[in-house]
Amino acid sequence: MSEEKLLQEVTGSEYKYGFYTDIESDKAPPGLNEDIIRFISAKKNEPEWMTEWRLDAFRKWEKMNEPNWANINYPKPDFQAISYYAAPKKKKTLDSLDEVDPELLKTFEKLGISLDEQKRLSGVAMDVVVDSVSVKTTFTKKLAELGIIFCSISDAIQEHPELVRKYLGTVVPKSDNFYAALNSAVFTDGSFCYIPKGVRCPMELSTYFRINEAGTGQFERTLLIADEASYVSYLEGCTAPMRDENQLHAAVVELIALDDAEIKYSTVQNWYPGDVNGKGGVFNFVTKRGICERNAKISWTQVETGSAVTWKYPSCILKGENSVGEFYSVAVTNNYQQADTGTKMIHLGKNTKSTIISKGICAGKSNGSYRGLVKIGPRAEHARNFSQCDSLLMGSSCGSHTFPYIETKNKTAKVEHEATTSKIGEDQIFYCNQRGIGEEEAIALIVNGYCKDVLNQLPMEFAVEAQKLLAISLEGSVG
Amino acid sequence: MLKINNLHAGIDGTEILKGINLEVKAGEVHAIMGPNGSGKSTLSAIIAGREEYEVSQGRMDFEGEDIMDLAPEERAHKGIFLSFQYPIEIPGVTVTNFLKTAINETRKAQGMDPMPANEMLKKMRDKMSLLEMDKGFLSRSLNDGFSGGEKKRNEIFQMAMLEPKLAILDETDSGLDIDALRVVANGVNKLRNKDNAVILITHYQRLLDYIVPDVVHVLHKGKIVKSGDKNLALKLEEKGYDWLKEEASTL
Repeated sequence: MSEEKLLQEVTGSEYKYGFYTDIESDKAPPGLNEDIIRFISAKKNEPEWMTEWRLDAFRKWEKMNEPNWANINYPKPDFQAISYYAAPKKKKTLDSLDEVDPELLKTFEKLGISLDEQKRLSGVAMDVVVDSVSVKTTFTKKLAELGIIFCSISDAIQEHPELVRKYLGTVVPKSDNFYAALNSAVFTDGSFCYIPKGVRCPMELSTYFRINEAGTGQFERTLLIADEASYVSYLEGCTAPMRDENQLHAAVVELIALDDAEIKYSTVQNWYPGDVNGKGGVFNFVTKRGICERNAKISWTQVETGSAVTWKYPSCILKGENSVGEFYSVAVTNNYQQADTGTKMIHLGKNTKSTIISKGICAGKSNGSYRGLVKIGPRAEHARNFSQCDSLLMGSSCGSHTFPYIETKNKTAKVEHEATTSKIGEDQIFYCNQRGIGEEEAIALIVNGYCKDVLNQLPMEFAVEAQKLLAISLEGSVG
Repeated sequence: MLKINNLHAGIDGTEILKGINLEVKAGEVHAIMGPNGSGKSTLSAIIAGREEYEVSQGRMDFEGEDIMDLAPEERAHKGIFLSFQYPIEIPGVTVTNFLKTAINETRKAQGMDPMPANEMLKKMRDKMSLLEMDKGFLSRSLNDGFSGGEKKRNEIFQMAMLEPKLAILDETDSGLDIDALRVVANGVNKLRNKDNAVILITHYQRLLDYIVPDVVHVLHKGKIVKSGDKNLALKLEEKGYDWLKEEASTL
């Protein structure tokens, strides 16, 4: 099979999760000003300190400009044309699946991740976010027995204000960057998680996000605190309905790993990437960062297949001595998708260690960039980093770039960087074909092999889902 | 089983095969020999369905059906197997996973359910002992970092697992030391039966000491210039190809 044909077939697949759930919603008028922020805060019944926190963020945001250093091109969103609040009207407390909106259940069935199925899965607790408001939280009771709090951030503001006030904005300050400031001002929902001292969370905590209402931006806020010597594995995955206009998404995720704690944070991201001509698709501007105290460990694992534009750098501040940061990433771009993604490993403490494994896959006319910073502070004696950034190109119309930055202020540090670029060869495809494996399967097999080091980091059920997503993102309509 | 009539084919406008006629019947072993550049590997690639080659003339039937328009994987599903001269590396894909996919895709095409895991494992174990292979092999990345000999052995292992009707072994002997050659040849012999056939493509007589062919063909400049029994191979070993080249040019 010729390169040309392979390319066409690969780029020929349409987004398979394009559907739209009709749930009545309660929307704020478009635009952003202090009144809208007060409206959101009032809608969510928030305490005064929270309203003030938002207003402060809004005032900071007003003075900031959109970043333009990333290797991406997109029409700048009109922030006054966006509606900053949308909530399902029929919100009420649900005790069983019977009470969940049947439309929503259908949506999950289409995704093959119906709540029903999820509940049966080996102890996966879910906090489902549809259009910014939590609809369903499961397994809360079981978690509560261990003192684990897993709820929406809105509920946390109401029920655990002391924890939220103590930690919110401590890892990603309100003024950190343009999108983080915007998120701080207008976030409507997201997840909150607290693992008490010495508790090992017995199940994977899982949140499925879903952007659903035309024209609404989505501003998720996640705050996860692992207290001393605790452990948690957190999963986040999302898909979005097919949509013509661009949807803005600017989430903030903050992780706090106190002494001896460990957090595994896994993401499978499959938002609508736009059609084959580059029309539509989600703009994804995410700030994800974690801080590690002494002997703590944070692992970010991400499989990114969606969005028209991705701007995302899950990072670790290795503050405490002997702390460990890891970043495992697969970023797929196809058609006209653009991704500028990577990580920052900030080594502050002694004997801190970080590992970066980044696997980029570019097809179609897409553009993928790895951008990473490894920074070794003056007190980070014997800090170590290993980075490996690989790119896999499909066809000859895509672009892959690597921007590794290294700043070292301590002579005892050891920083290693490796990079490779390869192509899926016709020879590999033919070899698979000859063994009875068709083109789509062959590409899926080769790509999954290439991403193995990252996929291995995901929990089992999630790895299977991620493999399917990779195949869906890259397969063509062979026939 | 395989019937090729007046096959003309080439690549990028250059004709490499200039009228091949070949018939292989079930239960037979054919050896195709010939000097470098005579078109041996082109012939095997075309039988397997490699699309870079253009077929300008001729006909190719497999079990009575014209397969010229079939995709390589469809030919594989019908039972055509090619052991590659240079097996391809697929990093990160284990031998097990690759074989599982290959077997189950083939079964799917034949309307069968996937092979149960325990059955597959047992089969893998049986075939590995047949080829005197180490168990650790299964969890290694396909051909990635394999020695030349390991790659060839892995090809024959795949053949044993897939149980094709027609196996084309393209220079399977190259890169094998004498012990490995014996093991591989022994494996091939054990897999032979009255319903399958083998085409051996080789430069040397050496392999034919172990896998004895029913027919030997000599390919030269894109044509089969001589066919005979196993003694033809011995004669080639002794005299080289030059006498045949002369004979061919006088035709």
